[in-house]
Amino acid sequence: MATTNGAVENGQPDRKPPALPRPIRNLEVKFTKALSFQKLDGHIPRARDALSSGFHTGVWGECALTCPAGARLLCFDPIRCRLACFLGNVIKMVSTSSFPERASFPIFINNEWHESKSGKKFATYNPSTLEKICEVEEGDKPDVDKAVEAAQAAFQRGSPWRRLDALSRGRLLHQLADLVERDRAVLATLETMDSGKPFLHAFFIDLEGCIKTLRYFAGWADKIQGRTIPTDDNVVCFTRHEPVGVCGAITPWNFPLLMLVWKLAPALCCGNTVVVKPAEQTPLTALYLGSLIKEVGFPPGVVNIVPGFGPTAGAAISSHPQISKIAFTGSTEVGKLVKEASSQSNLKRVTLELGGKNPCIVCADADLDLAVECAHQGVFFNQGQCCTAASRVFVEEQVYADFVRRSVEYAKKRPVGDPFDVRTEQGPQIDQKQFNKILDLIDSGKEEGAKLECGGSAMEDRGLFIKPTVFSEVTDTMRIAREEIFGPVQPILKFKSIEEVIKRANSLEYGLTAAVFTKNLDKALKLASALEAGTVWINCYNALYAQAPFGGFKMSGNGRELGEYALTEYTEVKTVTIKLDDKNP
Amino acid sequence: MENHKTRNGSSAKICCVALDTVPYQGAESEMSSSQPDIPAPLTNLKFQYTKIFINNEWHDSVSGKKFPVFNPATEEKLCEVEEGDKEDVNKAVAAARQAFQLGSPWRTMDASERGRLLYKLADLVERDRLILATMESMNGGKLFSNAYLMDLGGCLKTLRYCAGWADKIQGRTIPSDGNFFTYTRHEPVGVCGQILPWNFPLLMFLWKIAPALSCGNTVVVKPAEQTPLSALHVATLIKEAGFPPGVVNIVPGYGPTAGAAISSHMDIDKVAFTGSTEVGKLIKEAAGKSNLKRVTLELGGKSPFIVFADADLETALEVTHQALFYHQGQCCVAASRLFVEESIYDEFVRRSVERAKKYVLGNPLTPGVSQGPQIDKEQYEKILDLIESGKKEGAKLECGGGPWGNKGYFIQPTVFSNVSDEMRIAKEEIFGPVQQIMKFKSLDDVIKRANNTTYGLSAGIFTKDLDKAITVSAALQSGTVWVNCYSVVSPQCPFGGFKMSGNGREMGEYGFHEYTEVKTVTVKISQKNS
Repeated sequence: MATTNGAVENGQPDRKPPALPRPIRNLEVKFTKALSFQKLDGHIPRARDALSSGFHTGVWGECALTCPAGARLLCFDPIRCRLACFLGNVIKMVSTSSFPERASFPIFINNEWHESKSGKKFATYNPSTLEKICEVEEGDKPDVDKAVEAAQAAFQRGSPWRRLDALSRGRLLHQLADLVERDRAVLATLETMDSGKPFLHAFFIDLEGCIKTLRYFAGWADKIQGRTIPTDDNVVCFTRHEPVGVCGAITPWNFPLLMLVWKLAPALCCGNTVVVKPAEQTPLTALYLGSLIKEVGFPPGVVNIVPGFGPTAGAAISSHPQISKIAFTGSTEVGKLVKEASSQSNLKRVTLELGGKNPCIVCADADLDLAVECAHQGVFFNQGQCCTAASRVFVEEQVYADFVRRSVEYAKKRPVGDPFDVRTEQGPQIDQKQFNKILDLIDSGKEEGAKLECGGSAMEDRGLFIKPTVFSEVTDTMRIAREEIFGPVQPILKFKSIEEVIKRANSLEYGLTAAVFTKNLDKALKLASALEAGTVWINCYNALYAQAPFGGFKMSGNGRELGEYALTEYTEVKTVTIKLDDKNP
Repeated sequence: MENHKTRNGSSAKICCVALDTVPYQGAESEMSSSQPDIPAPLTNLKFQYTKIFINNEWHDSVSGKKFPVFNPATEEKLCEVEEGDKEDVNKAVAAARQAFQLGSPWRTMDASERGRLLYKLADLVERDRLILATMESMNGGKLFSNAYLMDLGGCLKTLRYCAGWADKIQGRTIPSDGNFFTYTRHEPVGVCGQILPWNFPLLMFLWKIAPALSCGNTVVVKPAEQTPLSALHVATLIKEAGFPPGVVNIVPGYGPTAGAAISSHMDIDKVAFTGSTEVGKLIKEAAGKSNLKRVTLELGGKSPFIVFADADLETALEVTHQALFYHQGQCCVAASRLFVEESIYDEFVRRSVERAKKYVLGNPLTPGVSQGPQIDKEQYEKILDLIESGKKEGAKLECGGGPWGNKGYFIQPTVFSNVSDEMRIAKEEIFGPVQQIMKFKSLDDVIKRANNTTYGLSAGIFTKDLDKAITVSAALQSGTVWVNCYSVVSPQCPFGGFKMSGNGREMGEYGFHEYTEVKTVTVKISQKNS
C-alpha cells in the first residue's frame, strides 16, 4: 500500500530492505542536566558487551544502562550494531539536548529552554498503558507572547535570519533532515510512546515523511522566484516573494512530528519565523525537534515551541496581533474558531487542514484484492485517526457482498496490541475522550440499523483499544456515514450508478480526499474531475508525497500544504514598479 | 598514497566551516567576513585517476594512446592521461544509453533520490575540497585561493542547488479545447554529450552534469585536454556517491577527435559545449549534419563595461579591474571593453594603471602571488600577438605589454588607453590580462558602441542613477547585465549569451529546460468539466 509520503513502497530498486529497527525499550523520558561523554564512556562498552553476549547465545539482548546523572536507558535490539547506534543516539540526546535539570519538558524559545510563566505543568500519557510519561511545562498567553517576541526579533530587518542567503536556509533544513535521520529511532520511540501508534509505522512512515519533507523544502529555498512583468507605460515592474513574517502553527496529535514538519519546513524555507503549539496529547517529539533545531544552528528565535492547550496557548496564537499567518491542522470545529480569531484580531493569513469524511469508491471492474486492501488500510491506518480516513466506502452493487465479506476478513485479522510489538498494526486510541466518542458512534450505527459485521466494542481487557469494526448496509443518513469517526470503524455503502455515487460522495460539507478503484480510464478521469475533494487517489490510498499539494475543498480546509503550492501560503508577493525617465531611449 | 589520504582526512576538518557563505566567483564579495579559512595547498598531490571513466570503471584508450598534461606555471608534465577517440566515445555512449534504458535503475529511481545522490556528491566534493583545489591550481594555473574559495565554493553550491530541483521539475495539466484531458511530462532528453573548457574545469563540469543528472539524463563528458584531472577525480566521487554505472562517463581527449565524435554522434540526444565561438559553430554544424541533437552553447564574449561619471569611482575601479584581470583574463565574461565617461576618463585610466601594476606574478600555489600563468603556449602567443596589434594600431600602452619571467606562460598585466572601436584589441576576444579603456560621451552613443559586436554574453554598468541603470540594462544586447558589480554568477541565475555568444541558458530554472523534453499527453474523455 502506498502510505503517507510514499514511505513504504518507494525504496530504491536495487537496494536491500533495511533491517527492521527496534524501539528503544523503556526510554525514560526524563531530561536531566547535560551529561558529559566522559561520564558515560565507561558505560557504553559494558552495555555493548552485555548485548553482544546475548546475541552470541542467540537470545534477544536486553540491557540496562544507568547513567550517573539519572537517565536510565533500557535497550532492546537483535542487531548489535544497530543497538550500539541506538545507544549512541540516546546518549547523544541526553548529552546534547541541554535541557535544564528538571523532570519536565520545557518550553523552547530563542533556542533556550524555559519554564512556563505560570509555573504550571501538564502530564503527557502513554495511551497504551495509560501511564504518565512525564510532565511538560504548560504554555499559556504570556509564554506565547514571549515566543512571538523572540520570533519577531529574529525576523527583524538586518537580523542574521533575514540576511541569510536562501541557499543557506536550504542547507540548514537539509542538516536538520540529517539530524532527524540520525535520531530517527529516538524520535520514532518517543512518537510511539506518546501517541500509541505502532513503532514500525512511526519509524517507516512518520519519520520517513519528516525527512523527505524537510529535504524537499530545503531544495525550494533558493528557487522561490519572483517575476518581471511587462506592464503598460514606461515602467519596470517586478515582484518579490517575501516571507510573511511570524507564523503560528498549531499541530494535531495524530501525526505529531510529521504535521509539524509539514508546517515548519515550508515556513522556514520561505524565510519566516515560527511559533508552534504541539497538541497537548503529544508534545514530546516537537520539543525534541527543538533541540535538533538548536544543534543545527538555526538562529535563536526562528523556531519557538510552546506546548500547551488549545483554549489557552492555541487561542493566544490564533488571536495574536503580531502573528502574520497561522496554520492549523485539526478538527473542523476548532478550525472555524481559529479563522474567526484571526479575523477578529489582525486578519492574519489562515491555512487550515481539517476533518474529512472521505469517499472511497469501488467500481465493479476494479481489482478487488487491491481495493479491499487499500480501503482497509485507508480507514484503519493509524487506528483510524487520519483526516484522510476512508470512512465512507461506496461499493458497486455487483461486488458489494464480496467486498464486505473480504473486508471483514481483513478487519478480523488486524493485529491490535502493544504498539512496540513488531506484529502490531493497531494500537490504542489517543485518549479517553476520543475513545468514548468512537464507541458512541459505533452504538449509533447499531441503533440506526447498520449491520455490524465485526468488532463493535472496546477490547475487553485493555485501556483505549477498540476492535476493528466493520458496518455494512450503511445508508447516507446514518451518523456513521456523515460524521468523522476518527477511529477503527469502516462503514460500507452500496451504489448503483456513477452519477448517483458522484452525487452522494459530494453531498457532505467535507472535501478532503477521495479514492476511486477502477480499471476503466474514462471512469477514472470522470470521477477524478467530478469529486469535490482536494486529493483524489486512483487505485491507491494515502499516497501522500512532499512534492504533491494536500488540502481540502469546502469545510475540510483552506489552502494547501506541501508541494510548490505550499510556498504561496508562506510568502507575500510585493509588486515593485519603477517609473523611468521618458527622455531615455 | 597513504600519506595523501591522511592529508585528505585532515583537510575535511579544515573545510567544514560555513561553506554556504562562500562568495561565488564574484569579483567582489559582500560577505568576505564569513569565508572559510584557506588551508595550505597539498604539496604531494598524486594524480592517480588518469583513465577513461565508463560504467563506473576505469578503461585504457582503445587506441592505446595517452597524452601529457602540464603545469602551465612550470611547463612541467604532471602526468599522462588516456587519450579517448571515436571508439572510446562509442563505448561511453553505449554505456550511457544502457543506463538510460526504460526500466533501468536510473530511470526507475525516484526524482528525490536523484537529488539525494547529487547532495551526497556535494558532500564528497566538500570532503575532497583541498585535493580538488590543489589540482585545479596546478593543472589550470589558477590562484590556489581562488580555486579553493570561488571554484570549489561554486561547485558545492551548484550541486546542492541542482539537487533541490530534481523533484521539482513539474509538468502541467492543460485546459485543452474539446473533451480531452491533457497533461505534460517533462522527461529527460536522453544521452547528453558535454564538452568542457579549461578555464573553470571543475565548475563547468558540474554546471553541465548537475542539471543533466537532476533531470534524469545520462552523460558523456569530454573535459578539455589541458585540464582533465579534476573531472576524473570527481568521477571516483560519483561512483562513491552511488550513481548507477553508465550514468556519468568521462572521456578525456582532444576536440577534433573525441569532441567531434560526441558532436556528430548519432546516439547522443543533446550536446552542451562551453568554449570558443569558432568551435561552437563546428559543434552546431555537426549536430545538424548528424541527428539534429539539441545544442546549447556557451561561447566567447567581448563584454562591455560602462562606467558613468556619477559612479562610485573607488568601487568602479576595483570592480572593472577584477572584471578583466580575474584568472589572468581567461573568463568568457571578461570585461574587455571598458567604456569610461569622458569627464572621468583620465583619472580612471591613471588609477587603473596603478592598480594593474600591483600584481605579483608567480606560481599560483604560492601565497601572496596574485597572477598565475596563461593556460598554454597557444593562448600565450595569441595574447602577445594581440598586444602587439594594439601597439601597432595606435592604442596607448599604459603598462605591461609583454611576457614575464623565463619559465611558464606568464604575461605582464597590460593596460591600453585611447583604444578605438575598430582596433583588433577592441573587437577580438583576447582571453588574457589585457585591459582596453575607451572613452564615451553620451548614453546613446555608448549603448550603440557596446552593442556593436557579434558577441552578447555579459555587460557591466556603473552608475548611481536609477534611471540610467535600468535603461541601459534594458538596451544592452547581452545575456547578463551586472549593475555596480561584475561576475556575480550564482547557480540560481540563468547564464548564457545573446547573438554569437551562445545558444540557450545554463543554471537557474532556465537551465533545466535545456535538459528536458516536454511530452504532451492527451486523453479522450467522455465529458469535460472545468
